[in-house]
Amino acid sequence: MPIIQIDLPQVGESVTQAILEKWLKQVGDHVEKYEPLAEIVTDKVSMEMPCPVNGVLTSLLVDPGTTVPMGDPIAQFEVTTEEQASNNPSAEVADLTVPDRIGSMDLTVTNVGPTGSGGPITTGTDPKEASRQRYSPAVLRLAQEHNLDLSSVVGTGISGRITRKDVQAHINENRSPKPIPHEPESSDQIVPLTAVRRMIADNMVRSTTQIPEAWMTQEVDVTNIVTLRDRCKDEFEQQHGVRLTPLAFALKAVSEALQTNPMVNSVWSDNGIILKKQINISIAVASPKGLLVPVMHGVDHLDVAGIAKAISSLASKALNDQLGVEDVQGGTFTVNNTGALGSTMGKGIINHPQAAILNTEAITKRPVVIGESIAIRSMMNICLTFDHRIIDGAEAGSFVSAVKQWLEAIDPDFRS
Amino acid sequence: MTVQTVIEAVRDGMQEEMRRDQSVFIMGEDIGARGGVFLATDGFVGEFGEDRVIDTPLAESSIAGIALGAAMNGMRPIAEIEFADFIWPTVNQIVGEAARARYGTLGQMCVPMVLRAPQGGGVRGGLYHSQSVEAIFAHTPGLKVVTPSTPYDAKGLLKSAIRDDDPVVFLEYKRTYRLVRGEVPDEEYTVPLGVADVKLPGDDITVITYGLMVHHCIEAARIIGNEGVSVEVIDLRTIRPLDNDVILASVEKTGKVLIVHEDTKLLGVGGEVSAIIAEHAFDYLDAPIVRLAGPEIPAMPFSPTLEAAFLIDTEKVSAAIRNLARY
Repeated sequence: MPIIQIDLPQVGESVTQAILEKWLKQVGDHVEKYEPLAEIVTDKVSMEMPCPVNGVLTSLLVDPGTTVPMGDPIAQFEVTTEEQASNNPSAEVADLTVPDRIGSMDLTVTNVGPTGSGGPITTGTDPKEASRQRYSPAVLRLAQEHNLDLSSVVGTGISGRITRKDVQAHINENRSPKPIPHEPESSDQIVPLTAVRRMIADNMVRSTTQIPEAWMTQEVDVTNIVTLRDRCKDEFEQQHGVRLTPLAFALKAVSEALQTNPMVNSVWSDNGIILKKQINISIAVASPKGLLVPVMHGVDHLDVAGIAKAISSLASKALNDQLGVEDVQGGTFTVNNTGALGSTMGKGIINHPQAAILNTEAITKRPVVIGESIAIRSMMNICLTFDHRIIDGAEAGSFVSAVKQWLEAIDPDFRS
Repeated sequence: MTVQTVIEAVRDGMQEEMRRDQSVFIMGEDIGARGGVFLATDGFVGEFGEDRVIDTPLAESSIAGIALGAAMNGMRPIAEIEFADFIWPTVNQIVGEAARARYGTLGQMCVPMVLRAPQGGGVRGGLYHSQSVEAIFAHTPGLKVVTPSTPYDAKGLLKSAIRDDDPVVFLEYKRTYRLVRGEVPDEEYTVPLGVADVKLPGDDITVITYGLMVHHCIEAARIIGNEGVSVEVIDLRTIRPLDNDVILASVEKTGKVLIVHEDTKLLGVGGEVSAIIAEHAFDYLDAPIVRLAGPEIPAMPFSPTLEAAFLIDTEKVSAAIRNLARY
């Protein structure tokens, strides 16, 4: 029976690699299509990967804990001929030999070679080997000047060639001071970094190093929402089977405000700002494994009840480790309900590559001046962190004001 | 500063030199009452008279030969060849005689003449109105060959060419005549011959070019700049003598070189520039020197589709730069 190869699928559009945390099947197991095959962790989610074929698992190509680029092979299966025919024939092992990503880049370069008589750059009959062993005059000169062993330099050029810039970067790297290692004392305890922890760390660093952030906050009077919710929460729960929370109102308000402030629902690229048509709100959820950010799709098509149901569904999936690929990709804006943690003001870190994140803070009763009198009102701060490359203060203010106005305009006597 | 087209800058350059120096005169086909086929001498015959703006028969050899004789006798003629495609009858006068006069007379006679001609394609000119002729003249010691790309350079270089005491072949890209606009100072200035110009500074790749191609290369460099590759564009401006200093300084900085010209590749200007780099900056090279040039066919095709295929454009330059950046 033919052997076919299983690749790590593309999960999430801005994700390029994932950690294969755990194999759920062993060599020799017969696995049905869609049965969970492995647990994989990306910087957005941890999930079970369903098996794409019916067959017998014959080999695991990746050890648990390994970071794997998406599209790379991870396992091999023995399958029936019909099963093979229904899968991509190019995935057959015999056709692929040893996967060589650099080799395939070679082809790309040849294809985009200049027309006219410029011609592609070639490096002899076996460009891969030749490029690794042959150094350009510039590289040799630099290596000699700095007494450098070129075998310690990683090449980023065509076919892994070591470029002049690679050598220069290597020299600069070794020149700059190394970070001071923090040696733990014997009484200290070390918490090992889980895959999720490492992914969160990478994503936070990417966001804070690539995005010039600014933030602003406004106070929202949510007394009407609190009154409305207190009055109809039991009835709502009976009717819809989920709790009605202020977060559902906040998400509705955000969805409305994003429609009138489209720049806030966008992504920065060097070719232009990409305005996202869909309103898919990522919701920060604390799980036992760490922070997870599932996505609520098409929020603009949902009413408050629909949003409340979607929140409940996503939160329980996140807590029970059941988030699927579709639950974590496509987010265009993030809402972070820090109020649940008792926070009254805070600056979120933007969920890269989105343009902004909104914190909804704790609702507290406060004396508020209304006209000439003082009243006790339920107040909530909302804090927006935004990518200042895309959004200026005026636009951010307009968006936050729109959220505030929507929330404050709720009729406390509203009946569904 | 005034914004002008290349052809306006050429006209002003000649006009200013004719006003400044009585020994400067122009001769060529239809340059008088007709004002020249591209109107480079429009109104000249009215201002300077028929003695200094001379309509000639359709006989390029005699245009060059008369200019050569006048130059040997103290005049500063500007000989216009209507299209560079018709320059071949002048080769004996220019390559065979003008280039050698100073050497052959032990410096007793010099030839301060300019041979002006519009060249290059992209104007649906077909076989007889699109040729590039710089490589033929640039091979000859004793000549200077100039190929401006902008109005500023065209005027400044033309004035220097007219004042130069040796024969200068001044090749204007007719496609740039009305396509390219740029600022030209109102006050008097010249641009020295033999000095290349860094049209766009950059660090990762050097693109060396001249003439019309300068504009495609700048456009490509800007596109590639958005992709994170910093491209330096050098406009040679003068093909002979070449400015080795500017070329080598840039190559030492970037280590990667693309040479672009409209003219065909084999034994062209790119080959010479490439050899200079290999001889003097070998230790700095981080990639093979790449030439992007016209295909090895005898002439610019007439069919618009084939003409577009023949010509180097921004897309082709961009592809070549990306290719080199990846190496």
